[in-house]
Amino acid sequence: MRTTSKFAALILSAGVIATQPFAAYAQTATKKADPALVDAYLKATFGKAPPEWQARIEPDDTLKTCNLHRNDVPSAEADKIVKRELAKVVFPADGKLLGDWKQGQKIANNGRGGQFSDDAKTENGGNCYACHQMEKAEVSFGTLGPSLTSYGKDRKFDPAEAKNAFIKIYDSQAVLACSNMPRFGANKVLSEKQIMDLVAFLFDPESPINK
Amino acid sequence: MRRTTMALALAAILFSSLNFPVCAQDASEKEIERYRAMISDPLSNPGFLAVDRGEILWSEKRGTKNVSLEGCDLGLGAGKLEGAFARMPRFFADSGKVMDLEQRLLWCMQNIQGLDTKDVIARRFSGPGKASDMEDLVAFIANKSSGMKIDVPLKHPKEQEMAAVGEALFYRRGGVMDFSCATCHADEGKRIRLQGLPNLSKPGKQPQETMGTWPTYRVSQGALRTMQHRLWDCYRQQRWPIPEYGSDSITALTVFLQTQATGGEITVPSIKR
Ligand code: HEC
Ligand code: HEC
Repeated sequence: MRTTSKFAALILSAGVIATQPFAAYAQTATKKADPALVDAYLKATFGKAPPEWQARIEPDDTLKTCNLHRNDVPSAEADKIVKRELAKVVFPADGKLLGDWKQGQKIANNGRGGQFSDDAKTENGGNCYACHQMEKAEVSFGTLGPSLTSYGKDRKFDPAEAKNAFIKIYDSQAVLACSNMPRFGANKVLSEKQIMDLVAFLFDPESPINK
Repeated sequence: MRRTTMALALAAILFSSLNFPVCAQDASEKEIERYRAMISDPLSNPGFLAVDRGEILWSEKRGTKNVSLEGCDLGLGAGKLEGAFARMPRFFADSGKVMDLEQRLLWCMQNIQGLDTKDVIARRFSGPGKASDMEDLVAFIANKSSGMKIDVPLKHPKEQEMAAVGEALFYRRGGVMDFSCATCHADEGKRIRLQGLPNLSKPGKQPQETMGTWPTYRVSQGALRTMQHRLWDCYRQQRWPIPEYGSDSITALTVFLQTQATGGEITVPSIKR
């Protein structure tokens, strides 16, 4: 049972006040279901999907932990996740992290790819606007994540911060265990080039995010 | 005349879905309530055409046994419709399963009417030039619970199992985006792009208002839609595989959501964005 004080501690340690669900409201009316039983239900519902689709909903070790704790992981588990996910991040061979911000702008706006209604040739977008405010001029933005307006400018275009952003987009959980943000690089949703373009969208002084 | 009512109703829906649930707290609440009442006016909601079609289908003799669905027991006795939907999904002893309305209708078609349901399942969601028996029947039957309160039985061990599994599924992350229902529906006042997201993770007003307004006429799709369709669409957004129609995980989620929505008033078919 999660308590308010534990939740407060979590906020303080992770510094994510605006983004963590209000764990104190967690529903505990029903008894926890046996994981094997849940798997049997999933089989009944998704068992006819092609094998590669079924593999996608097989939780890896990180998601298994997140599911078990409904994202509110104890700190020892959180450390393990961050370490495991950080090891998945592959940096560009030449060390260059900023791509083309104009491409990044398109990727941030594109929410396509990965849905059963998409055809296999659909190029994946990052769908960043589903969750983040980015350019001030774009009013259609979601609020599941924090605003990224002026992101690079606020960080004085510091290359170390750009590297952190590369890591965040590549694998959000390399920074925060059980983050609700997708692990775009690790899950092969976005390519290295696309992630570089997004870092440029955040960090290029010419990018409208910083205007 | 009718057109104006419709336009006003549509404006209200757009307004309420953009601001929900932030608006629920402020003064515009009363205004929205007023629009809601208007939206359920049969003259301005095309969802009621589905109700009428469903009524005809319900009493139509079909299948190898050439009987109507009137012999179908939706939980309160054969042919008894008033309040049945408010108490579903529920356990049915004859099938040994917890079923939502759509699963139950398929079972009755097969077992009471002797109807081959392949074609009915192929038309489970309507499209241009393709009517859906299921959408029409659900609209008709659910409407017979309008004005009543959501009250699913959780007495049978199988019903309790469904609620527990449904809750687990709500938090189960996966797919290339690592999403679960909770990613989008477990926080207050959040939205995706401009679409407001109800918080379905705790019991109360938001799940009540959500579940009490399905089935609904979706203006953007020009069709009456059921909860099966809503969850199918959410699993699509979740980047999961296609869920099998009328399968146990969908029913389990529905039991969980209905439980969160206990006491919510049913006003259906509603009309939404
Ligand atoms: C489903 C929601 C979601 C999507 C889609 C998403 N994010 Fe996030 N993002 C979050 C959340 C929640 C946080 C805050 C928690 C955390 O740090 O993990 C976050 C944090 C971040 C941060 C760190 C912000 C800080 O505190 O410094 C960056 C940078 C970021 N996201 C960039 C992106 C980019 C670029 C994309 C698109 C490729 C994207 N996000 C897509 C939810 C999302
Ligand atoms: C990536 C985002 C996302 C995920 C994941 C998601 N949903 Fe949704 N959900 C939405 C959006 C967007 C809407 C539509 C809101 C609107 O049209 O105003 C919605 C609507 C709904 C509604 C109807 C709300 C209403 O007011 O009528 C229900 C019920 C629902 N979702 C349940 C679920 C369940 C259960 C799951 C998991 C199987 C799920 N959702 C997963 C985004 C999502």
